Amino acid sequence: MTTATATDQTLAPRPAGGPLQAAHDSLVVAKRNLIRMLRIPEVVIFGLIQPIMFVVLFSYVFGGAIPVPGQHGSDPSVYRNYLMAGIFAQTVTFATAGAGAGIADDMHKGLIDRFRSLPMARGAVLTGRTIADLVQTALTVVVLSIVAVIVGWRVHNGVFDTLAAFGLLLLLGYAFSWIGALIGLSVRTPEAATSGGLIWLFPLTFISNAFVPTSNMPSFLRTIADWNPFSATVQACRQLFGNPTGIVSHAWPMQHPAWASLIWSVVIVLVFRTWSVHKYRTAAA
Amino acid sequence: MPGAIHAEGLVKTFGDVRALDGVDLDVPTGTVLGLLGPNGAGKTTAVRVLTTLLQPDSGTAHVAGIDVLKRPNEVRRSIGLSGQFAAVDEYLTGRENLQMVGQLYQLSARVAKIRALELLERFHLADAADRPAKTYSGGMRRRLDLAAALVVSPPVMFMDEPTTGLDPRNRQQLWEVIEELVSGGTTLLLTTQYLEEADRLAHDICVIDHGKVIARGTSDQLKARTGGERVEVVVQDRDLLATATEVMTGFAKGEAKVERQMRRITVPVTGGAKLLAEVIRELDTRGIGIDDIGLRRPTLDDVFLSLTGHAAEEADSDEETPGGSGPDAATGTGTGTGTGNGNETEEAAR
Repeated sequence: MTTATATDQTLAPRPAGGPLQAAHDSLVVAKRNLIRMLRIPEVVIFGLIQPIMFVVLFSYVFGGAIPVPGQHGSDPSVYRNYLMAGIFAQTVTFATAGAGAGIADDMHKGLIDRFRSLPMARGAVLTGRTIADLVQTALTVVVLSIVAVIVGWRVHNGVFDTLAAFGLLLLLGYAFSWIGALIGLSVRTPEAATSGGLIWLFPLTFISNAFVPTSNMPSFLRTIADWNPFSATVQACRQLFGNPTGIVSHAWPMQHPAWASLIWSVVIVLVFRTWSVHKYRTAAA
Repeated sequence: MPGAIHAEGLVKTFGDVRALDGVDLDVPTGTVLGLLGPNGAGKTTAVRVLTTLLQPDSGTAHVAGIDVLKRPNEVRRSIGLSGQFAAVDEYLTGRENLQMVGQLYQLSARVAKIRALELLERFHLADAADRPAKTYSGGMRRRLDLAAALVVSPPVMFMDEPTTGLDPRNRQQLWEVIEELVSGGTTLLLTTQYLEEADRLAHDICVIDHGKVIARGTSDQLKARTGGERVEVVVQDRDLLATATEVMTGFAKGEAKVERQMRRITVPVTGGAKLLAEVIRELDTRGIGIDDIGLRRPTLDDVFLSLTGHAAEEADSDEETPGGSGPDAATGTGTGTGTGNGNETEEAAR
């Protein structure tokens, strides 16, 4: 069929398997998704505009109107510093809708079928996608931090704590991208994945301590907010950044927010990764 | 000895629809099997099962001697899939697409790179190698898709309606590529709605409808089954159609088919050219003017018609869909052929 070439002897696929192949395949797919992001920069740019808008709107529109309990004075910069962890957390979770839309798009266009017919590691298509999304999220967080500093946000606890806070944020974002992946595999069109990937994020991020202190919520909502994985990460970041926390609830996750955030994120990854990979293996375009 | 593709008793249901209803297939090594049938007949489902994309409800399948259900990942190393449901990433360049597929076939990055270049040249895509695939024409995209399926020169290839939606020139080109491939010893299972395509490319043909194999054999064998030649007449005056039909029936070995709008009468005959002369004389004697007359040998279309009760083309409502991959195909067939491919896949997504 082909004229004899140097490659003919080496075309037999290498027998492979195990975690090494899984890592290799995931990186190949991640690279593909990162190339796509470079070729469709609009997606990345819109992903940046939204959180920047939120920072500006919340800081200047709500800033003076929302007092943070336990903090004296009505200096709007107190709310800005209180708010910022919430905006960071919202940004990393909202980025997950992209994972769902991307995977739904691949399903729709038949690419998932191509991948599934290749001798590649089972979870690699999804892992590659979530890794690429993590890179994009990290980029967004960097830009957002700069904007935050411009509007007056400051950290007070040193480099290690600050990096730990960003680590927890990215881990939360990574965990949520697996929920996005599952949504992407479960719907029929990319459009459905985008809206389906967003609607549940509104109650999740608003019934939390992200934008207003939970102490004024009805007790039923307050309990949800206190145990919300999202709240745990926000609270952990406030502590690690040395930002105002308001009056902190006695619920366990609010008293140990870094641990709570870590545990929540790991559990979400384990559950939704397993579920998504199973769904991927049985999926049909 | 079982062939490179061997399946027994494949059954797959989607809700109430039996997409595959006990399908047996055998494709000897180095040959081409044409799987022929209208939309929704079960062709795509069969390919999806054999390429490990779909679990059948029952039945067994072996590809390249490997059990598809028990060792799917080993099967994936030996197959290439192209056509309706395989695809390329439109934001990646041709080269990047092929390199990615190569690496996912577990070739080293270096070999994947060399191989990508080889395939781009072979499929006349070298000039467009570094352009994103979304800038490619339909024919170029299809060639890239086929190249992706050939990255490891797999011994067994599956092509699902590879030329659907292509213009005649691109179709011709793709046929030549496929013929070259097969002459190199590749075993190929090809689904198609184009009888001409099956006639030209396939050694053996399997006609399926409603998930069942309704006929199999070589193209010649199938044509012989439909019972030889026919005389076809187009009369000048529609009012004389009844009289002409009466005349024709006198020569016929079966029932006459009358297409009123076309003023055309077709009857099965034996006796060849000599009979044709007699028909012309008789029609002339009765004063029936004719626009056209001819002796027709059976085509696969006739085979299809006689087997399924409807023509293949009738069922093919999306012939010119750009890209041809539309999962929304198979609407309004008007022949009650059941579920379309689009429905099949939607069902499968649940």
